[in-house]
Amino acid sequence: MSRALPLSDLVRMQAARRPEPVHVELAQVTRRFTHPATGEPFQALGPIDLALVKGEFFSIVGPSGCGKSTLLDLLSGLGKPSSGRVLFEGKPVNGVPEGVGVVFQENAAFPWLCVRDNIAFGLRRAGVEAAEVQRRVDYALGFMGLRDFAKAYPAQLSGGMRQRVCIARTLVTQPRLILLDEPFGALDQQTRLLMGDELLKLWRETGATVLLITHALDEAAMLSGRVGVMSTRPGLFIDFVDTGWPADRDSRVVSTPRFGEITARLWEKLRVETLKIMGGAH
Amino acid sequence: MRLLPNVILLLVLLALWESLHLAVGPSAMASPWATAARLASLLAQADTWRHIGATASAFAWSLLLACVGGVALGMLLGLNAMAGNVAEPILMNLYALPKVTLYPLVLLCFGLGLGSKVAFGVMHGLIPILLFTMNALRHLPPVYMRSARSLRLAPWQTAWHILLPAIAGEVLAGIRLGFALTLLGVLIGEMFASQKGLGYLAMTAMGAGDIATLLAIALLLTCFAVTGNALLLRVGRHLEHP
Repeated sequence: MSRALPLSDLVRMQAARRPEPVHVELAQVTRRFTHPATGEPFQALGPIDLALVKGEFFSIVGPSGCGKSTLLDLLSGLGKPSSGRVLFEGKPVNGVPEGVGVVFQENAAFPWLCVRDNIAFGLRRAGVEAAEVQRRVDYALGFMGLRDFAKAYPAQLSGGMRQRVCIARTLVTQPRLILLDEPFGALDQQTRLLMGDELLKLWRETGATVLLITHALDEAAMLSGRVGVMSTRPGLFIDFVDTGWPADRDSRVVSTPRFGEITARLWEKLRVETLKIMGGAH
Repeated sequence: MRLLPNVILLLVLLALWESLHLAVGPSAMASPWATAARLASLLAQADTWRHIGATASAFAWSLLLACVGGVALGMLLGLNAMAGNVAEPILMNLYALPKVTLYPLVLLCFGLGLGSKVAFGVMHGLIPILLFTMNALRHLPPVYMRSARSLRLAPWQTAWHILLPAIAGEVLAGIRLGFALTLLGVLIGEMFASQKGLGYLAMTAMGAGDIATLLAIALLLTCFAVTGNALLLRVGRHLEHP
């Protein structure tokens, strides 16, 4: 595990992480759905036990349909578990808790608002004072590199820029837990790498706990402190990989041998699961 | 230069009108010039303005009720999938119904006068506005609602700040259709069992064989409908973002 990284770094990271309190906790969480065609109930998820440490960057990879997004819905309070407990900062999640921000894969920027108004949207609805809204939005515009586009409308922006707007809209609410559901899924590879760097910057800057759902192994391997691998339905965690990256990492880690090792290990687990779905378990 | 196609269209229509007038004779079709002259003399009479006022107030009430009712009901049905699925075929059939056959019933329910004219106008205009609103909501990207919940918006905030602006363009398209149909409903209402309004005036002129007056009223209504449509189109274009 520690071959590519100096032992001192690894020790420092582990030591820094261990005493941190648990920020998010899932205990024996399951989610059952009714099949829309047959009416048969089926288990989509779990039972899952997971604890996220305050300030960690955790990613979930898994084959499509494994319940990754369902899990994110349970964590964000957008969905309710069929059984088990979901705790955020020690309190049961019921509806989206204050302090949780969600970024979706789809383009969620409102086309009738300019970039500035899109970013300010949540703050204004929450009744935050105008001067404070202005201050936070200005900061987010600068941070996400959107300053020159403040008056532009989403339709005038590229997919990557639009996703920046959505991230900024979440960022200004100052979340302590940021949930991202395949936020870069619709972007091209180069843009994804750069957006990954932005996300790392954001994570370091805010100190928030980040949970990233992705189907891209390289994204998970490059960004996360820890990666959870999920099985096919019903989704369960079948592996956890500590990447051991230093906190000031960026997309250049993709050129290190360790990045290859992590990606290989993730793929080794995921390959089996993906083959199950395709009906050809070798 | 955007005016040029419109000017050409106008000239073609006038030429067609004039040739029809020459073909069938003045007893069946007044010339454009005679129509315009009659319209000018009509507009100089105070009595005409009384009729215009009657039609205008009936139309304004009808359109207001059709818009408010159509958008409110459309939002309710659009947000409740089950209610929407049940209501849609019923509304479609109601819409296809030749409503004029029901006008005697409307007269019995609302009495002679403003009430039944407004009711008949609303009957024509409400359903298209409702259907446009409902369908706009049904095709709303689900991520808007998820965003609303993740930003912890109250239900009224979601309706006012997300749903309405998101569907504004389509609702306006429905209102544009509703505008024309409401006007139609009000005028048909005025043609029967009414003592006031442009519909009544047109019916009287028809009975008297006064073709120039009939066409003058038609011209006036056409100008009004085209202007209203153009204004709504302009507002619609304003709502669409670059």
